[in-house]
Amino acid sequence: MAETLVAAVALAKSFRNGIAALSSVDLAVSRGEFVGVLGPSGCGKSTLLRILAGLAEPTAGRLERTSDLVGRIGFVFQEPTLMPWATVWDNVYLPLRLHGVARDAAAPRIAAMLDSLGLGEFVRAYPRQLSGGMRMRVSIARALVTEPALLLLDEPFAALDEITRFKLNEDLRALWLKLRCTIVFVTHSVFESVFLSNRIVVMTQRPGRIVADLAVDLPETRDNALRLMERYAECCRTVSRRLTEAMT
Amino acid sequence: MLPHGVAPLDGSYDVNGTSRFWRVLAPALVGVGFLGGWEAAVRLAGVPPYVLPGPLLIAETLVKDGPSLLGALLVTLRITVAALAVAIVVGGALAILFAQSRLLEMSLFPYAVILQVTPVVAIAPLIIIWVNNVFAALLVCATIVAFFPIVANTTLGLNSADRNLVDLFRLHAASRWQMLWLLRLPSALPLFLAGVRISGGLALIGAVVAEFVAGTGGAETGLASRIIEAGYRLEIPRMFAALFLLSLTGIAIFAVLSWLSRRLLRHWHESALEPSD
Repeated sequence: MAETLVAAVALAKSFRNGIAALSSVDLAVSRGEFVGVLGPSGCGKSTLLRILAGLAEPTAGRLERTSDLVGRIGFVFQEPTLMPWATVWDNVYLPLRLHGVARDAAAPRIAAMLDSLGLGEFVRAYPRQLSGGMRMRVSIARALVTEPALLLLDEPFAALDEITRFKLNEDLRALWLKLRCTIVFVTHSVFESVFLSNRIVVMTQRPGRIVADLAVDLPETRDNALRLMERYAECCRTVSRRLTEAMT
Repeated sequence: MLPHGVAPLDGSYDVNGTSRFWRVLAPALVGVGFLGGWEAAVRLAGVPPYVLPGPLLIAETLVKDGPSLLGALLVTLRITVAALAVAIVVGGALAILFAQSRLLEMSLFPYAVILQVTPVVAIAPLIIIWVNNVFAALLVCATIVAFFPIVANTTLGLNSADRNLVDLFRLHAASRWQMLWLLRLPSALPLFLAGVRISGGLALIGAVVAEFVAGTGGAETGLASRIIEAGYRLEIPRMFAALFLLSLTGIAIFAVLSWLSRRLLRHWHESALEPSD
Protein backbone atom coordinates (compact mmCIF):
# COMPACT_ATOMS: atom_id res chain seq x y z
CA MET A 1 0.00 0.00 0.00
CA ALA A 2 1.35 3.43 -0.99
CA GLU A 3 1.84 6.25 1.45
CA THR A 4 -1.27 8.14 2.58
CA LEU A 5 -1.28 11.62 1.07
CA VAL A 6 -4.35 13.04 2.71
CA ALA A 7 -6.80 11.59 5.20
CA ALA A 8 -10.08 12.72 6.68
CA VAL A 9 -10.68 11.30 10.15
CA ALA A 10 -14.22 11.43 11.57
CA LEU A 11 -14.68 14.64 9.67
CA ALA A 12 -17.90 16.61 10.17
CA LYS A 13 -19.05 19.97 8.91
CA SER A 14 -22.10 22.03 9.66
CA PHE A 15 -22.70 25.51 8.34
CA ARG A 16 -23.57 28.57 10.38
CA ASN A 17 -27.18 28.32 9.25
CA GLY A 18 -27.41 24.97 11.02
CA ILE A 19 -27.30 22.72 7.95
CA ALA A 20 -25.12 19.67 8.55
CA ALA A 21 -23.21 18.93 5.33
CA LEU A 22 -20.98 16.07 6.48
CA SER A 23 -21.25 13.66 9.38
CA SER A 24 -18.24 11.61 10.33
CA VAL A 25 -16.39 11.03 7.08
CA ASP A 26 -13.36 8.76 7.06
CA LEU A 27 -11.38 8.74 3.86
CA ALA A 28 -7.70 8.06 3.27
CA VAL A 29 -6.27 8.85 -0.16
CA SER A 30 -2.96 7.24 -1.07
CA ARG A 31 -0.33 8.68 -3.35
CA GLY A 32 -1.10 7.99 -7.02
CA GLU A 33 -4.73 7.01 -6.54
CA PHE A 34 -7.65 8.08 -8.73
CA VAL A 35 -10.59 8.25 -6.35
CA GLY A 36 -14.11 8.96 -7.51
CA VAL A 37 -16.46 10.44 -4.90
CA LEU A 38 -20.01 9.56 -5.93
CA GLY A 39 -23.20 10.80 -4.33
CA PRO A 40 -26.52 12.55 -4.92
CA SER A 41 -26.71 16.32 -5.34
CA GLY A 42 -26.29 18.22 -2.11
CA CYS A 43 -24.70 15.33 -0.21
CA GLY A 44 -21.71 17.37 0.85
CA LYS A 45 -19.27 16.09 -1.79
CA SER A 46 -18.16 19.59 -2.71
CA THR A 47 -17.80 20.50 0.95
CA LEU A 48 -15.58 17.47 1.48
CA LEU A 49 -13.44 18.51 -1.46
CA ARG A 50 -13.12 22.08 -0.18
CA ILE A 51 -12.01 20.76 3.21
CA LEU A 52 -9.43 18.48 1.55
CA ALA A 53 -8.14 21.54 -0.30
CA GLY A 54 -7.93 23.55 2.90
CA LEU A 55 -10.49 26.08 1.63
CA ALA A 56 -12.94 25.24 4.41
CA GLU A 57 -12.47 24.13 8.01
CA PRO A 58 -14.18 21.05 9.43
CA THR A 59 -16.34 21.61 12.51
CA ALA A 60 -15.32 18.25 14.00
CA GLY A 61 -12.77 15.56 13.27
CA ARG A 62 -9.46 16.31 11.64
CA LEU A 63 -7.60 16.39 8.38
CA GLU A 64 -4.18 14.82 8.03
CA ARG A 65 -2.02 15.97 5.16
CA THR A 66 1.59 15.28 4.32
CA SER A 67 3.76 18.36 4.57
CA ASP A 68 4.76 18.37 0.89
CA LEU A 69 1.14 19.06 -0.02
CA VAL A 70 1.37 22.73 0.96
CA GLY A 71 0.94 24.84 -2.18
CA ARG A 72 0.82 21.69 -4.31
CA ILE A 73 -2.90 21.24 -4.67
CA GLY A 74 -4.75 21.81 -7.94
CA PHE A 75 -8.47 22.54 -7.93
CA VAL A 76 -10.97 22.43 -10.78
CA PHE A 77 -14.37 23.97 -10.07
CA GLN A 78 -17.79 23.13 -11.47
CA GLU A 79 -17.55 26.12 -13.75
CA PRO A 80 -14.36 26.84 -15.71
CA THR A 81 -13.81 29.89 -13.45
CA LEU A 82 -11.43 31.64 -15.82
CA MET A 83 -10.49 35.30 -15.67
CA PRO A 84 -12.49 36.77 -18.59
CA TRP A 85 -10.04 39.65 -19.04
CA ALA A 86 -7.04 37.37 -19.54
CA THR A 87 -6.02 35.24 -22.51
CA VAL A 88 -5.82 31.46 -22.31
CA TRP A 89 -2.06 31.75 -21.80
CA ASP A 90 -2.40 34.25 -18.95
CA ASN A 91 -5.11 32.16 -17.30
CA VAL A 92 -2.87 29.11 -17.27
CA TYR A 93 0.08 31.24 -16.12
CA LEU A 94 -1.87 32.51 -13.10
CA PRO A 95 -0.93 29.87 -10.48
CA LEU A 96 2.73 30.01 -11.52
CA ARG A 97 2.61 33.78 -11.32
CA LEU A 98 1.17 33.58 -7.81
CA HIS A 99 4.08 31.33 -6.88
CA GLY A 100 6.51 33.90 -8.23
CA VAL A 101 7.60 32.12 -11.43
CA ALA A 102 8.75 34.56 -14.13
CA ARG A 103 6.95 34.57 -17.49
CA ASP A 104 10.00 33.37 -19.42
CA ALA A 105 10.62 30.51 -17.02
CA ALA A 106 6.97 29.51 -17.13
CA ALA A 107 6.60 29.62 -20.91
CA PRO A 108 7.88 26.12 -21.80
CA ARG A 109 5.74 24.45 -19.12
CA ILE A 110 2.66 26.37 -20.20
CA ALA A 111 3.25 25.53 -23.86
CA ALA A 112 3.63 21.83 -23.05
CA MET A 113 0.53 21.82 -20.87
CA LEU A 114 -1.57 23.64 -23.47
CA ASP A 115 -0.42 21.22 -26.15
CA SER A 116 -1.24 18.15 -24.09
CA LEU A 117 -4.79 19.46 -23.63
CA GLY A 118 -5.22 20.32 -27.31
CA LEU A 119 -5.22 24.07 -26.67
CA GLY A 120 -2.13 24.94 -28.72
CA GLU A 121 -4.01 27.09 -31.22
CA PHE A 122 -5.95 29.03 -28.59
CA VAL A 123 -3.05 30.54 -26.68
CA ARG A 124 -4.09 34.10 -27.45
CA ALA A 125 -7.85 33.56 -27.32
CA TYR A 126 -10.04 35.02 -24.60
CA PRO A 127 -12.33 32.69 -22.62
CA ARG A 128 -15.50 34.07 -24.22
CA GLN A 129 -14.24 32.96 -27.62
CA LEU A 130 -14.06 29.32 -26.50
CA SER A 131 -16.71 26.62 -26.19
CA GLY A 132 -17.67 25.26 -22.78
CA GLY A 133 -15.52 22.17 -23.27
CA MET A 134 -12.50 24.22 -24.31
CA ARG A 135 -12.90 26.50 -21.31
CA MET A 136 -12.91 23.47 -19.06
CA ARG A 137 -9.71 22.27 -20.75
CA VAL A 138 -8.11 25.61 -19.91
CA SER A 139 -9.27 25.19 -16.33
CA ILE A 140 -7.66 21.73 -16.15
CA ALA A 141 -4.47 23.04 -17.74
CA ARG A 142 -4.34 25.77 -15.11
CA ALA A 143 -4.75 23.20 -12.33
CA LEU A 144 -2.07 20.89 -13.74
CA VAL A 145 0.56 23.44 -14.74
CA THR A 146 1.92 23.61 -11.19
CA GLU A 147 2.44 19.83 -11.27
CA PRO A 148 0.24 19.37 -8.22
CA ALA A 149 0.69 16.41 -5.90
CA LEU A 150 -3.07 16.33 -5.41
CA LEU A 151 -5.66 17.30 -8.01
CA LEU A 152 -9.21 17.91 -6.80
CA LEU A 153 -12.05 18.14 -9.32
CA ASP A 154 -15.55 19.21 -8.33
CA GLU A 155 -18.03 17.87 -10.94
CA PRO A 156 -16.05 19.66 -13.65
CA PHE A 157 -17.93 18.17 -16.61
CA ALA A 158 -21.48 18.30 -15.23
CA ALA A 159 -22.49 21.23 -17.42
CA LEU A 160 -21.08 19.80 -20.67
CA ASP A 161 -22.82 17.80 -23.35
CA GLU A 162 -22.24 14.06 -23.28
CA ILE A 163 -19.99 13.83 -26.32
CA THR A 164 -17.68 16.53 -24.97
CA ARG A 165 -17.79 14.91 -21.53
CA PHE A 166 -16.77 11.49 -22.89
CA LYS A 167 -13.83 13.03 -24.71
CA LEU A 168 -12.71 14.92 -21.61
CA ASN A 169 -13.07 11.75 -19.51
CA GLU A 170 -10.75 9.95 -21.91
CA ASP A 171 -8.23 12.78 -21.89
CA LEU A 172 -8.25 13.20 -18.12
CA ARG A 173 -7.64 9.48 -17.64
CA ALA A 174 -4.74 9.59 -20.13
CA LEU A 175 -3.26 12.64 -18.39
CA TRP A 176 -3.43 10.86 -15.04
CA LEU A 177 -1.59 7.85 -16.48
CA LYS A 178 1.06 10.19 -17.84
CA LEU A 179 1.48 12.46 -14.82
CA ARG A 180 0.72 9.95 -12.07
CA CYS A 181 -0.58 12.59 -9.71
CA THR A 182 -3.24 11.81 -7.12
CA ILE A 183 -6.79 12.70 -8.12
CA VAL A 184 -10.01 13.03 -6.17
CA PHE A 185 -12.91 13.48 -8.58
CA VAL A 186 -16.37 14.40 -7.33
CA THR A 187 -19.32 13.47 -9.54
CA HIS A 188 -22.96 12.43 -9.44
CA SER A 189 -22.60 10.27 -12.53
CA VAL A 190 -22.12 6.54 -12.02
CA PHE A 191 -20.78 6.10 -15.56
CA GLU A 192 -18.27 8.88 -15.21
CA SER A 193 -16.98 7.66 -11.85
CA VAL A 194 -16.54 4.09 -13.12
CA PHE A 195 -14.85 5.16 -16.34
CA LEU A 196 -12.36 7.42 -14.58
CA SER A 197 -11.61 6.00 -11.18
CA ASN A 198 -9.62 3.13 -9.73
CA ARG A 199 -11.60 3.42 -6.54
CA ILE A 200 -15.07 4.78 -5.85
CA VAL A 201 -16.43 5.97 -2.53
CA VAL A 202 -20.21 6.32 -2.32
CA MET A 203 -21.79 8.96 -0.12
CA THR A 204 -25.28 9.19 1.38
CA GLN A 205 -27.75 12.07 1.29
CA ARG A 206 -26.96 15.04 3.52
CA PRO A 207 -25.45 14.96 6.04
CA GLY A 208 -23.00 13.02 3.88
CA ARG A 209 -21.29 9.90 5.08
CA ILE A 210 -19.25 7.33 3.17
CA VAL A 211 -21.18 4.05 2.93
CA ALA A 212 -19.21 2.11 0.33
CA ASP A 213 -15.60 1.99 -0.79
CA LEU A 214 -15.27 0.01 -4.03
CA ALA A 215 -12.27 -0.96 -6.15
CA VAL A 216 -12.86 -0.59 -9.88
CA ASP A 217 -11.47 -3.65 -11.63
CA LEU A 218 -10.92 -2.32 -15.14
CA PRO A 219 -7.81 -1.96 -17.32
CA GLU A 220 -5.46 0.94 -16.54
CA THR A 221 -5.60 2.38 -20.05
CA ARG A 222 -9.15 3.31 -20.92
CA ASP A 223 -10.79 4.78 -24.00
CA ASN A 224 -14.34 5.09 -25.26
CA ALA A 225 -14.33 1.44 -26.45
CA LEU A 226 -14.46 0.51 -22.78
CA ARG A 227 -17.96 1.97 -22.52
CA LEU A 228 -19.27 -0.86 -24.70
CA MET A 229 -17.65 -3.68 -22.74
CA GLU A 230 -19.57 -6.03 -20.52
CA ARG A 231 -17.05 -5.58 -17.70
CA TYR A 232 -17.69 -1.83 -17.69
CA ALA A 233 -21.46 -2.39 -17.65
CA GLU A 234 -21.07 -4.87 -14.79
CA CYS A 235 -19.05 -2.34 -12.78
CA CYS A 236 -21.65 0.36 -13.42
CA ARG A 237 -24.41 -2.01 -12.24
CA THR A 238 -22.57 -2.77 -9.01
CA VAL A 239 -21.90 0.90 -8.28
CA SER A 240 -25.47 1.88 -9.19
CA ARG A 241 -26.78 -0.71 -6.73
CA ARG A 242 -24.64 0.69 -3.95
CA LEU A 243 -25.72 4.23 -4.78
CA THR A 244 -29.39 3.22 -4.67
CA GLU A 245 -28.81 1.58 -1.30
CA ALA A 246 -27.08 4.70 -0.07
CA MET A 247 -30.05 6.86 -0.98
CA THR A 248 -32.68 4.79 0.81
CA MET B 1 -33.13 52.53 -28.33
CA LEU B 2 -31.87 49.01 -28.04
CA PRO B 3 -28.54 48.37 -26.30
CA HIS B 4 -25.54 47.85 -28.50
CA GLY B 5 -25.66 44.49 -30.28
CA VAL B 6 -29.17 43.53 -29.25
CA ALA B 7 -31.52 42.47 -32.03
CA PRO B 8 -35.12 43.66 -31.80
CA LEU B 9 -37.67 40.86 -31.43
CA ASP B 10 -39.50 41.72 -34.65
CA GLY B 11 -36.51 40.54 -36.67
CA SER B 12 -35.91 43.88 -38.38
CA TYR B 13 -32.29 43.98 -37.25
CA ASP B 14 -29.76 44.27 -40.00
CA VAL B 15 -26.19 45.14 -39.13
CA ASN B 16 -25.45 47.20 -42.24
CA GLY B 17 -28.94 48.15 -43.25
CA THR B 18 -32.04 49.95 -42.13
CA SER B 19 -31.64 49.68 -38.37
CA ARG B 20 -28.42 51.67 -38.19
CA PHE B 21 -29.76 54.15 -40.75
CA TRP B 22 -32.88 54.87 -38.70
CA ARG B 23 -30.92 55.05 -35.49
CA VAL B 24 -29.26 58.18 -36.85
CA LEU B 25 -32.08 59.54 -38.99
CA ALA B 26 -35.00 59.19 -36.56
CA PRO B 27 -33.57 61.37 -33.76
CA ALA B 28 -32.22 63.81 -36.39
CA LEU B 29 -35.72 64.21 -37.84
CA VAL B 30 -37.15 64.82 -34.39
CA GLY B 31 -34.48 67.48 -33.78
CA VAL B 32 -35.05 69.25 -37.09
CA GLY B 33 -38.81 69.14 -36.57
CA PHE B 34 -38.49 70.60 -33.08
CA LEU B 35 -36.16 73.41 -34.15
CA GLY B 36 -38.34 74.21 -37.18
CA GLY B 37 -41.45 74.36 -34.99
CA TRP B 38 -39.63 76.59 -32.52
CA GLU B 39 -38.46 79.02 -35.20
CA ALA B 40 -41.92 79.12 -36.78
CA ALA B 41 -43.65 79.68 -33.43
CA VAL B 42 -41.30 82.51 -32.48
CA ARG B 43 -41.78 84.23 -35.85
CA LEU B 44 -45.53 83.74 -36.17
CA ALA B 45 -46.32 84.82 -32.60
CA GLY B 46 -43.80 87.67 -32.80
CA VAL B 47 -42.08 86.69 -29.53
CA PRO B 48 -39.33 89.24 -28.79
CA PRO B 49 -35.81 87.76 -28.64
CA TYR B 50 -35.31 88.84 -25.00
CA VAL B 51 -38.13 86.45 -24.06
CA LEU B 52 -37.42 83.56 -26.39
CA PRO B 53 -34.99 83.82 -29.31
CA GLY B 54 -35.42 81.52 -32.28
CA PRO B 55 -32.80 78.86 -33.07
CA LEU B 56 -31.49 80.81 -36.06
CA LEU B 57 -30.74 83.87 -33.92
CA ILE B 58 -29.08 81.64 -31.33
CA ALA B 59 -26.91 80.07 -34.02
CA GLU B 60 -25.98 83.53 -35.27
CA THR B 61 -25.05 84.64 -31.75
CA LEU B 62 -23.05 81.46 -31.29
CA VAL B 63 -20.97 82.29 -34.35
CA LYS B 64 -20.59 85.95 -33.35
CA ASP B 65 -19.84 85.39 -29.65
CA GLY B 66 -18.13 82.04 -30.17
CA PRO B 67 -14.56 83.19 -29.44
CA SER B 68 -15.43 84.93 -26.16
CA LEU B 69 -17.66 82.06 -25.02
CA LEU B 70 -15.02 79.51 -25.98
CA GLY B 71 -12.55 81.14 -23.59
CA ALA B 72 -15.08 80.82 -20.78
CA LEU B 73 -15.84 77.23 -21.80
CA LEU B 74 -12.15 76.43 -21.49
CA VAL B 75 -12.16 77.69 -17.89
CA THR B 76 -15.18 75.52 -17.03
CA LEU B 77 -13.69 72.56 -18.86
CA ARG B 78 -10.43 72.88 -16.93
CA ILE B 79 -12.32 72.67 -13.64
CA THR B 80 -14.42 69.77 -14.92
CA VAL B 81 -11.46 67.71 -16.08
CA ALA B 82 -9.47 68.45 -12.91
CA ALA B 83 -12.47 67.53 -10.75
CA LEU B 84 -12.99 64.27 -12.64
CA ALA B 85 -9.30 63.42 -12.26
CA VAL B 86 -9.36 64.13 -8.51
CA ALA B 87 -12.63 62.18 -8.18
CA ILE B 88 -11.05 59.20 -9.97
CA VAL B 89 -7.95 59.25 -7.77
CA VAL B 90 -9.72 59.94 -4.45
CA GLY B 91 -12.76 57.79 -5.25
CA GLY B 92 -10.65 54.91 -6.51
CA ALA B 93 -8.31 55.09 -3.51
CA LEU B 94 -11.23 55.19 -1.07
CA ALA B 95 -12.83 52.17 -2.76
CA ILE B 96 -9.57 50.21 -2.59
CA LEU B 97 -9.29 51.16 1.09
CA PHE B 98 -12.88 49.98 1.68
CA ALA B 99 -12.15 46.69 -0.05
CA GLN B 100 -9.27 46.01 2.35
CA SER B 101 -11.37 46.25 5.46
CA ARG B 102 -15.06 45.77 5.96
CA LEU B 103 -14.87 47.77 9.20
CA LEU B 104 -13.32 50.73 7.41
CA GLU B 105 -16.02 50.57 4.75
CA MET B 106 -18.78 50.46 7.37
CA SER B 107 -17.21 53.38 9.25
CA LEU B 108 -16.66 55.71 6.31
CA PHE B 109 -19.27 54.85 3.70
CA PRO B 110 -22.18 56.64 5.45
CA TYR B 111 -20.16 59.87 5.35
CA ALA B 112 -19.58 59.49 1.64
CA VAL B 113 -23.35 59.15 1.31
CA ILE B 114 -23.94 62.28 3.43
CA LEU B 115 -21.53 64.22 1.25
CA GLN B 116 -23.35 62.95 -1.80
CA VAL B 117 -26.88 63.85 -0.69
CA THR B 118 -25.97 67.34 0.55
CA PRO B 119 -26.85 69.75 -2.27
CA VAL B 120 -23.66 71.34 -3.53
CA VAL B 121 -25.47 74.67 -3.93
CA ALA B 122 -25.87 74.70 -0.15
CA ILE B 123 -22.24 74.06 0.74
CA ALA B 124 -20.57 75.87 -2.14
CA PRO B 125 -20.77 79.33 -0.44
CA LEU B 126 -18.99 77.91 2.61
CA ILE B 127 -16.28 76.30 0.53
CA ILE B 128 -15.80 79.52 -1.41
CA ILE B 129 -15.35 81.38 1.90
CA TRP B 130 -12.94 78.76 3.29
CA VAL B 131 -10.82 78.24 0.22
CA ASN B 132 -9.11 81.43 -0.92
CA ASN B 133 -8.14 80.34 -4.40
CA VAL B 134 -11.22 80.47 -6.65
CA PHE B 135 -10.05 77.65 -8.91
CA ALA B 136 -9.39 75.42 -5.91
CA ALA B 137 -12.77 76.24 -4.38
CA LEU B 138 -14.62 75.39 -7.59
CA LEU B 139 -12.53 72.25 -7.93
CA VAL B 140 -13.52 71.11 -4.43
CA CYS B 141 -17.21 71.69 -5.17
CA ALA B 142 -17.16 69.86 -8.49
CA THR B 143 -15.20 66.97 -6.97
CA ILE B 144 -17.73 66.56 -4.15
CA VAL B 145 -20.47 66.21 -6.75
CA ALA B 146 -18.47 63.85 -8.96
CA PHE B 147 -16.72 61.42 -6.65
CA PHE B 148 -19.58 59.37 -5.22
CA PRO B 149 -20.49 57.21 -8.26
CA ILE B 150 -16.84 56.23 -8.54
CA VAL B 151 -16.55 55.23 -4.87
CA ALA B 152 -19.85 53.37 -4.85
CA ASN B 153 -19.33 51.55 -8.15
CA THR B 154 -15.68 50.66 -7.58
CA THR B 155 -16.38 49.37 -4.07
CA LEU B 156 -19.14 47.16 -5.47
CA GLY B 157 -16.84 45.99 -8.27
CA LEU B 158 -13.95 45.17 -5.94
CA ASN B 159 -16.25 43.12 -3.75
CA SER B 160 -17.87 41.19 -6.58
CA ALA B 161 -14.87 39.18 -7.76
CA ASP B 162 -15.79 35.57 -8.61
CA ARG B 163 -15.87 33.60 -5.34
CA ASN B 164 -14.23 30.56 -6.91
CA LEU B 165 -11.41 32.71 -8.28
CA VAL B 166 -10.92 34.15 -4.80
CA ASP B 167 -10.66 30.55 -3.54
CA LEU B 168 -8.16 29.72 -6.27
CA PHE B 169 -6.00 32.69 -5.26
CA ARG B 170 -6.20 31.57 -1.61
CA LEU B 171 -5.27 28.03 -2.60
CA HIS B 172 -2.08 29.35 -4.12
CA ALA B 173 -1.38 31.53 -1.08
CA ALA B 174 -1.77 34.79 -3.02
CA SER B 175 -0.73 37.93 -1.17
CA ARG B 176 -3.18 40.74 -0.49
CA TRP B 177 -1.44 42.74 -3.18
CA GLN B 178 -1.73 39.93 -5.78
CA MET B 179 -5.39 39.47 -4.89
CA LEU B 180 -5.97 43.19 -5.45
CA TRP B 181 -3.87 43.69 -8.55
CA LEU B 182 -4.60 40.45 -10.41
CA LEU B 183 -8.17 39.76 -9.35
CA ARG B 184 -10.11 42.53 -7.60
CA LEU B 185 -9.03 45.47 -9.77
CA PRO B 186 -9.75 43.79 -13.12
CA SER B 187 -13.07 42.51 -11.74
CA ALA B 188 -13.97 46.06 -10.74
CA LEU B 189 -12.94 47.68 -14.02
CA PRO B 190 -16.35 47.55 -15.79
CA LEU B 191 -18.20 49.04 -12.82
CA PHE B 192 -15.44 51.58 -12.21
CA LEU B 193 -15.71 52.75 -15.82
CA ALA B 194 -19.49 52.98 -15.54
CA GLY B 195 -18.93 55.16 -12.47
CA VAL B 196 -16.45 57.36 -14.32
CA ARG B 197 -18.97 57.83 -17.12
CA ILE B 198 -21.58 59.11 -14.68
CA SER B 199 -19.03 61.23 -12.81
CA GLY B 200 -17.89 62.94 -16.03
CA GLY B 201 -21.31 64.52 -16.45
CA LEU B 202 -21.59 65.27 -12.75
CA ALA B 203 -18.21 67.02 -12.69
CA LEU B 204 -19.44 69.40 -15.37
CA ILE B 205 -22.69 70.05 -13.49
CA GLY B 206 -20.74 70.54 -10.26
CA ALA B 207 -18.36 73.00 -11.92
CA VAL B 208 -21.21 75.05 -13.38
CA VAL B 209 -23.22 75.09 -10.16
CA ALA B 210 -20.16 76.17 -8.18
CA GLU B 211 -19.46 78.93 -10.72
CA PHE B 212 -23.03 80.14 -10.34
CA VAL B 213 -22.56 80.40 -6.58
CA ALA B 214 -19.13 82.02 -6.92
CA GLY B 215 -20.65 84.69 -9.11
CA THR B 216 -19.07 86.79 -11.81
CA GLY B 217 -16.06 88.18 -9.97
CA GLY B 218 -12.47 87.44 -10.88
CA ALA B 219 -10.46 87.63 -14.04
CA GLU B 220 -10.91 84.13 -15.46
CA THR B 221 -14.52 83.07 -15.25
CA GLY B 222 -16.36 80.16 -16.76
CA LEU B 223 -19.50 79.68 -18.82
CA ALA B 224 -21.80 80.01 -15.83
CA SER B 225 -20.61 83.58 -15.33
CA ARG B 226 -21.31 84.31 -19.00
CA ILE B 227 -24.83 82.96 -18.52
CA ILE B 228 -25.42 85.12 -15.43
CA GLU B 229 -24.01 88.22 -17.16
CA ALA B 230 -26.14 87.62 -20.24
CA GLY B 231 -29.18 87.22 -17.99
CA TYR B 232 -28.50 90.57 -16.28
CA ARG B 233 -28.17 92.28 -19.64
CA LEU B 234 -31.18 90.51 -21.14
CA GLU B 235 -28.90 89.09 -23.84
CA ILE B 236 -31.03 85.98 -23.98
CA PRO B 237 -29.69 84.68 -27.33
CA ARG B 238 -26.18 84.74 -25.83
CA MET B 239 -27.49 82.88 -22.80
CA PHE B 240 -28.92 80.17 -25.04
CA ALA B 241 -25.68 79.99 -27.00
CA ALA B 242 -23.75 79.41 -23.75
CA LEU B 243 -26.28 76.77 -22.67
CA PHE B 244 -25.90 75.06 -26.02
CA LEU B 245 -22.12 74.95 -25.60
CA LEU B 246 -22.58 73.46 -22.13
CA SER B 247 -24.80 70.61 -23.32
CA LEU B 248 -22.48 69.97 -26.23
CA THR B 249 -19.58 69.70 -23.77
CA GLY B 250 -21.56 67.31 -21.57
CA ILE B 251 -22.35 65.10 -24.56
CA ALA B 252 -18.72 65.18 -25.70
CA ILE B 253 -17.49 64.15 -22.22
CA PHE B 254 -19.96 61.28 -22.14
CA ALA B 255 -18.99 60.16 -25.65
CA VAL B 256 -15.26 60.22 -24.90
CA LEU B 257 -15.69 58.27 -21.66
CA SER B 258 -17.99 55.73 -23.34
CA TRP B 259 -15.45 55.24 -26.10
CA LEU B 260 -12.69 54.77 -23.54
CA SER B 261 -14.79 52.26 -21.62
CA ARG B 262 -15.59 50.21 -24.74
CA ARG B 263 -11.96 50.27 -25.75
CA LEU B 264 -10.70 49.02 -22.39
CA LEU B 265 -13.32 46.26 -22.15
CA ARG B 266 -13.57 45.20 -25.78
CA HIS B 267 -11.80 41.87 -25.38
CA TRP B 268 -13.88 40.45 -22.63
CA HIS B 269 -16.80 42.34 -21.20
CA GLU B 270 -20.37 41.71 -22.38
CA SER B 271 -21.05 45.45 -22.58
CA ALA B 272 -18.33 46.02 -25.16
CA LEU B 273 -18.81 43.07 -27.53
CA GLU B 274 -19.32 43.67 -31.23
CA PRO B 275 -22.69 42.65 -32.67
CA SER B 276 -21.03 40.09 -34.93
CA ASP B 277 -19.76 38.20 -31.89
